[in-house]
Amino acid sequence: MMNAEGGTSETLSLDDLHASVGVRSGRKHVLSILVENKPGVLTRVAGLFTRRGFNIDTLAVGPTDDDAISRITLTVDGALHPIDQVTKQLHKLVNVIKIRDLEPGDSLARELALFKVTVDGPRRAEVMQICDIFRGKVVDVSKDSVIFEVTGTTEKITAFDEMLKPFGLVEMMRTGEIAIARGRDET
Amino acid sequence: MRAVDAIMECLKAEGVEVVFGLPGGANLPTYDAFVDSEIKHILVRHEAGGGHAAEGYAKATGKVGVAFGTSGPGATNLVTPIVDAMMDSVPVVFMTGQIRSDLLGTDGFQEADTIGITMPGVKHSFMVTDANDIPRTIHEAFYIARSGRPGPVVVDIPVDISRADIDYEPVMEVSLPGYQPNVEGNAKQIRQAAKALAAAKRPVLYVGGGVVLGDASEELRALAASDRFPVTSTLMGLGSFPSEGPQWLGMLGMHGTRAANYSMDQADLICAIGARFDDRITGKLDEFAPHAKFIHIDVDPAEISKNVPAHIPIVGDVKSILPHLTSEYRALGADSTRLDDWLAKIEGWKKEFPLTYTDTDDNEIRPQYMVEAVYEATGGNAIVCSDVGQHQMWTAQYYHFPEPRRWINSGGLGTMGFGLPAAMGAKIGCPDQDVVLIAGDGSIQMNMQELAACSQEGIDVKVLIMNNGCLGMVRQWQELFWEKRYSHVDMGDYPDFVKLAEAYGATGVRLTDKSTLVDDLRSAIATPGPVVVDVRVTEEENVYPMISPGMPARDMVG
Repeated sequence: MMNAEGGTSETLSLDDLHASVGVRSGRKHVLSILVENKPGVLTRVAGLFTRRGFNIDTLAVGPTDDDAISRITLTVDGALHPIDQVTKQLHKLVNVIKIRDLEPGDSLARELALFKVTVDGPRRAEVMQICDIFRGKVVDVSKDSVIFEVTGTTEKITAFDEMLKPFGLVEMMRTGEIAIARGRDET
Repeated sequence: MRAVDAIMECLKAEGVEVVFGLPGGANLPTYDAFVDSEIKHILVRHEAGGGHAAEGYAKATGKVGVAFGTSGPGATNLVTPIVDAMMDSVPVVFMTGQIRSDLLGTDGFQEADTIGITMPGVKHSFMVTDANDIPRTIHEAFYIARSGRPGPVVVDIPVDISRADIDYEPVMEVSLPGYQPNVEGNAKQIRQAAKALAAAKRPVLYVGGGVVLGDASEELRALAASDRFPVTSTLMGLGSFPSEGPQWLGMLGMHGTRAANYSMDQADLICAIGARFDDRITGKLDEFAPHAKFIHIDVDPAEISKNVPAHIPIVGDVKSILPHLTSEYRALGADSTRLDDWLAKIEGWKKEFPLTYTDTDDNEIRPQYMVEAVYEATGGNAIVCSDVGQHQMWTAQYYHFPEPRRWINSGGLGTMGFGLPAAMGAKIGCPDQDVVLIAGDGSIQMNMQELAACSQEGIDVKVLIMNNGCLGMVRQWQELFWEKRYSHVDMGDYPDFVKLAEAYGATGVRLTDKSTLVDDLRSAIATPGPVVVDVRVTEEENVYPMISPGMPARDMVG
């Protein structure tokens, strides 16, 4: 049967309707957000997370090839927060131009970290070997300390951190993840 | 041209008729421009009064309200109206003065971080750092305030910037790359919604303030008339559907009717239109409308599935979506008799559980009776404003609003003190209509000072105080949920509202006699100029029925 608008009028059963949104994805999400490069924009983004009770796991902000636009890369735990609600609230910020929720398989994520370790003697060789395995670099050496630089995914940095802990890790600095889409498409 | 004269030009271009505000050090240049401007300015006695007046103006007219304040305390006094406007999606532009740019961050005299303080409560805000940006910024502010889901926008201008001269050229268009507010409803989704309505045996249209804000009352009525769909409304949506007739269920939620709440509880399909499933509507969320599938129509995508997962989401402007939905539904030629059982059930609830109260034989005035008397005295045709509390709920229950934009109150934030300034703004926006304020004796004292502005400017508002001598809603909760341990709710016999009215240059009347109440109210409302009517009502009266906090809607009491 055809209706007046020309479409079919096959009946719909309410039992067949499903609500698909509002669920938690259960995984980490890397949100790559283009924002206007204006004062206070980061505060608006961060304030939104606070106000709505969302946690930011990591955050990195940097310029783009357009002076008027900055990129915020942040990671959110999709097990704790409904990611569609997070992105929809972000979209309401007037200064937010574009949001991309990067799929882990379709993107590359990197973080840079610096580790300061107090070691000397034979243990120094041992820790430098670990650094090699993680493709890290020694960027500073003193009589009783070494500073390593490592880049990689958050998981790799965390693994390196675990390996170094027994050696007298003094401190660690992490940048937070940045990410880029694979293939030709722009992020 | 002086930047401040450019501000006046921009306001004129935006169609601004009136600004509510109060001058101070940091907005002296702007106030100088008012001297030669055609734009009317109402001098309020407290910035919060100005902010709420701008809200009342916006709610009554649908236009953007404008409130001005100076830096520091002027701006912080605007915080409550700003957040109030955010919660109820009211289009208002707030322009605040700021201290000199070179003093920013030094804790200068009357410095406050206005942008920072207001950030969580605005739709957007601007700090102007270059005088040449003033015109464009003002137009962007108005555009953002009124488009999409409306809301408050703050424009903060340091005093040295507003003192500058600029080359003013009218701004024709705005450029906001991250802001695309106007969305057409998805045609496929609309068709799906029509099919769901046709399949539903127990449908309910649940409408909210978005229908009023979107000026879609006619379109809603047409949808409801396409079959015999029962309609319920939130507090903010009252008036968008006529408050009478077989399809009207009454208001829903905490103090809604049993017919409305039971219908939601039993429905198999709920079509939410410009409503946001607030906790005062749903009661216990897990047990809200357990049998229902949801169509959710809203201009704000973030409202979809925020509290209740939507089965058929439709994002867009209600005014354009509803006619599509209506014609799609009509085209399906659904068999209306499928609703017979459902409508019979609803009719049963309406008959069994009407809104009612126990009147007394003596002359004491029951608060519910007072609202009925106001309805009669105004012929049901006034713009009715309220404050927040029991009187607000009774007004929502017993004043039957026939049209949208006749009911002006603070819903989301629940701001006591909203009423009097809002009534001022409504009267200025709609000078040909009667504007009455039903206020509580607690609420009215929170912005009573604006009576001075009403008297000075001849703003003809009728303030009807429902005086029970206490903070009634808090008293009710202490009675019901805190074992009658009354803590700081008694307000005594203070102040003498009649004398206070006279001190403010208004007419003051006290009414205590039920038998003449309607006539007395009628003559008070007919008295020219601002009038304050102190109506003494029963103290220990509760708003019923009620969904107790955290309980499901089907467990209504009272």
